[in-house]
Amino acid sequence: MTAIKSKTEYETVIGLEVHAQLKTKTKIFCSCPVDFGAEPNTNVCPVCLGMPGVLPVLNRQVVAYAIKTGLALNCTVTKHCKFDRKQYFYPDLPKNYQISQYDQPICENGYLEVSGKRIEIQRIHMEEDAGKLVHAGSDRLHGSDYSLVDYNRTGTPLIEIVSMPDIRSAEEAKEYAQLLRSILRYLDVCDGNLEEGSMRCDVNVSIRPIGSTTFGTRCEIKNVNSFKSLIRATESEVERQKEIIESGGRIIQETRLFEENSGKTVSMRSKEEAHDYRYFPEPDLVPLEISAQWINEIKETIPELPNQKKLRYPKDYGLNSEEAKVLIEDRNLAEFYEAVIRLGANAKKAANWLIGPVTAYMKEHKTDILNCCMTPKQLADLLGFIEKGAINDNIAKTEILEELLGQGTDSEEIIKQKGLAQITDTSALKEAVKEVLESNPTQLKDLKEGKEKIRGFFVGQVMKKTGGKASPQIVNALIDELIK
Amino acid sequence: MTIINKSAKEINKLFINKEISAKEIIDSFYKQIELIEPKIQALTSLTKELAYRQAEELDKRISKGEKLGPIAGVPIVIKDVICVKGFSATCGSKILENFIAPYEATATGKLWDAGAICLAKSNMDEFAMGSSTENSAFKKTKNPWNLNTVPGGSSGGSAASVASMETPISLGTDTGGSVRQPASFCGVVGLKPTYGRVSRFGLIAFASSLDQIGPFARNVYDAALTLQVISGYDPKDTTSLNVEVPDYISRLNVNTVKGKKIGLIKELMGEGIDAEVKKAIEVSVRLFKDLGAEVVEVSLPNIKYSLPVYYIIATAEASSNLARYDGVKYGLRADGAKEVLPMYTKTRQSGFGPEVKRRIMLGTYALSSGYYDAYYKKAQQVRKLVTQDFLNTFEKVDLLLTPTCPTTAFELGAKVDDPLSMYLSDIATIPASLAGLPSVSVPCGFDSKNMPIGLQLTAPSLSEELLLDAAYAFESVCNLSEKLKDKHAVGVV
Ligand SMILES: [Zn+2]
Repeated sequence: MTAIKSKTEYETVIGLEVHAQLKTKTKIFCSCPVDFGAEPNTNVCPVCLGMPGVLPVLNRQVVAYAIKTGLALNCTVTKHCKFDRKQYFYPDLPKNYQISQYDQPICENGYLEVSGKRIEIQRIHMEEDAGKLVHAGSDRLHGSDYSLVDYNRTGTPLIEIVSMPDIRSAEEAKEYAQLLRSILRYLDVCDGNLEEGSMRCDVNVSIRPIGSTTFGTRCEIKNVNSFKSLIRATESEVERQKEIIESGGRIIQETRLFEENSGKTVSMRSKEEAHDYRYFPEPDLVPLEISAQWINEIKETIPELPNQKKLRYPKDYGLNSEEAKVLIEDRNLAEFYEAVIRLGANAKKAANWLIGPVTAYMKEHKTDILNCCMTPKQLADLLGFIEKGAINDNIAKTEILEELLGQGTDSEEIIKQKGLAQITDTSALKEAVKEVLESNPTQLKDLKEGKEKIRGFFVGQVMKKTGGKASPQIVNALIDELIK
Repeated sequence: MTIINKSAKEINKLFINKEISAKEIIDSFYKQIELIEPKIQALTSLTKELAYRQAEELDKRISKGEKLGPIAGVPIVIKDVICVKGFSATCGSKILENFIAPYEATATGKLWDAGAICLAKSNMDEFAMGSSTENSAFKKTKNPWNLNTVPGGSSGGSAASVASMETPISLGTDTGGSVRQPASFCGVVGLKPTYGRVSRFGLIAFASSLDQIGPFARNVYDAALTLQVISGYDPKDTTSLNVEVPDYISRLNVNTVKGKKIGLIKELMGEGIDAEVKKAIEVSVRLFKDLGAEVVEVSLPNIKYSLPVYYIIATAEASSNLARYDGVKYGLRADGAKEVLPMYTKTRQSGFGPEVKRRIMLGTYALSSGYYDAYYKKAQQVRKLVTQDFLNTFEKVDLLLTPTCPTTAFELGAKVDDPLSMYLSDIATIPASLAGLPSVSVPCGFDSKNMPIGLQLTAPSLSEELLLDAAYAFESVCNLSEKLKDKHAVGVV
């Protein structure tokens, strides 16, 4: 007799801890510039090197950015908060403690709506980044011949955004992280570059039988350097946990490292090996008092956010959600788009142009809308010329756009220079249409028999004859007239 | 002309009046140092290069007819826990034996700007942890009044150098009494300002929430003068207080104590206080009454918890502040370690002395998960109670009076193996440190062995002027100054 094993269905439970490097000019506790790619150990001073006798001085811009992010994520901003020391020994941490926030984070109790579902945000806190180690003879400190340390990154301001375990799939985790990145970019507080580490995701993953109300034991996954990795790491970790549970094992709470090459997570340190951080209030900094006025001032600087635009674009501009998504991704593109509309352009047409040829151009030239020469007014004008019939769509795309984007020459100027103005003179076109119809008798016969497909051939031939400048509407009208 | 026994005020006057050059001033003091230092061992290094550079500059300025301030031309010794740019700052520790400060402390920067001259760095208990300066990794400083006794600590070198006329003034640091206690033992004036009155930038931290830089001098005026120069808000230290600094020196007057109410703290006049010390304090009370002050007994019920509270908070902060000495970046790195963890442990094992290790372990324990609430958090709560006791008492009195120390200077080695009894030496100084209050030790008498006794006055927050006024008035009627002057000279030469 074989036992029938009932297959348990599992639910994935995910919480994300996102570290975002803030785009301040200077570090969080000293006046060294935040500048990546500088020679090692050049952007350092006694303070960020943790020299004996130095003291931290809080950069207010960091606080402002943290508050701004908190407000955008619907958090409560605490009126009083403090910094704490998180203590552990590591050579990239000059003081062997990190100034962070423990039990009084600057922002709490927020949420982010991802595809209609609310993901709660537990807290946002400020802290300083560590330096970078370079190992010789190994990719880890352990086992290397020697290690060098670069303290340029030390003291770069970070905020850590901690979600509640409300996420239920790898895909949802990705969506949350992408939206979060987009918001951080809209707020202009973080570059949001996962590959370069200006945004880092630690993923807390556990599984539980569907219907269960208690959480399973979680593992924290580090070293997730792209959205693709976020999905791969989460999915492989879920599989690993399922296998353990199904073979009768128990999940051990630990920190795991995602390995890009194998696509698997490996153990980094167990709970037993976890540090006792010995948090205590930072005595070198006075507690932070945040006035309601300051919070209000910051509130004023928050632009319309991508999640808000995503709801508004279909409603106001008649775009579908995919079109909206492409335009909203980059705040500058979205703002460009809105400016074009404000100048009177047709919303749908403007969207098509930006999503289509403009985006293609930017991809080809590896640039973005800010670095293109075209102004919103110029695009609005171009769309106006097309609308009025001064030029046709195709000519605009092939003959004008490149120069407009690359040099910023007004379309009117280009039209004049290149002689691109659409031929709308009926009598001039009539001769050409006549000629084309007469020199293609077979096709003409088809057309007369009602085979409308062939019409395009004639229009094309006329275009060829007129260097593409003929007005398609007029050509069509003339064909109708002449075959009657 | 003998310069070394002159006060800072007198030296400045001679210099301003061009009766003596800055170079001659420091020549005299370096001569005295050469003579006396082998006996006293108060200094860790001389900063001659800086001193002569500063002297030359001052002499140039005075010859050009520039108007210089009240501390110009006055030599000073700096405790080796304060950074003077380009010179070593050992903290009395092997771990920083070769450390050269790459920047200037705010307090010393202000001194140099005001024309003071840096003579030397002074010996101290390692990382300011101790009450006898015997915890220095380098040398044992002797008390100029009796070379078999300790100078007190942790600023023992700064106190002894002033008492033995190696310098007219010096800077120390006070975390739980490290200026006031050695001042008391060495028969000099030592002042701990309000927490935040003087910038801590460049003061190598022992316990951040308690550390303050304070002056030593052979009289109250010189202490006031030094405090005047080093005080004030510093944007580099956000715990420094952004309030104006009053004029401490021009208001000093013998009549200012008249009508003031002084509280004698009951809890610090009882058990554990040496009978001769108690007697000297009682005499001092009479002198204050003669000056027109009213002296009443007051009680601060929570003051008895000060010592344990202090040893939890100070060690907790120290365990964190001293984590940076790991061999990675500067200071000592022990040889022979092949991995990072052994490098840490070997470096710290060989670099730190026993008292520092003891305090790091105590502090680490107090902050550990599961113990934090019972120790550190509880200690912070009791610290608030002690502070509240002071606030309540200052509703009734203007100043508080206690002995600075339970005893006079003890013999070298007497308490080295008994940390608890050593800790008790600070029982009267620690409460004001916990409350962040300004407090001064002034010589008030001698015991039967002719060792100086100190009287401690404590004032409300940011009331240094009140403290200095009272100390100045007391000094003027105590009639110790001649005896102190003689003794300073006789004791060591
Ligand atoms: Zn720096």
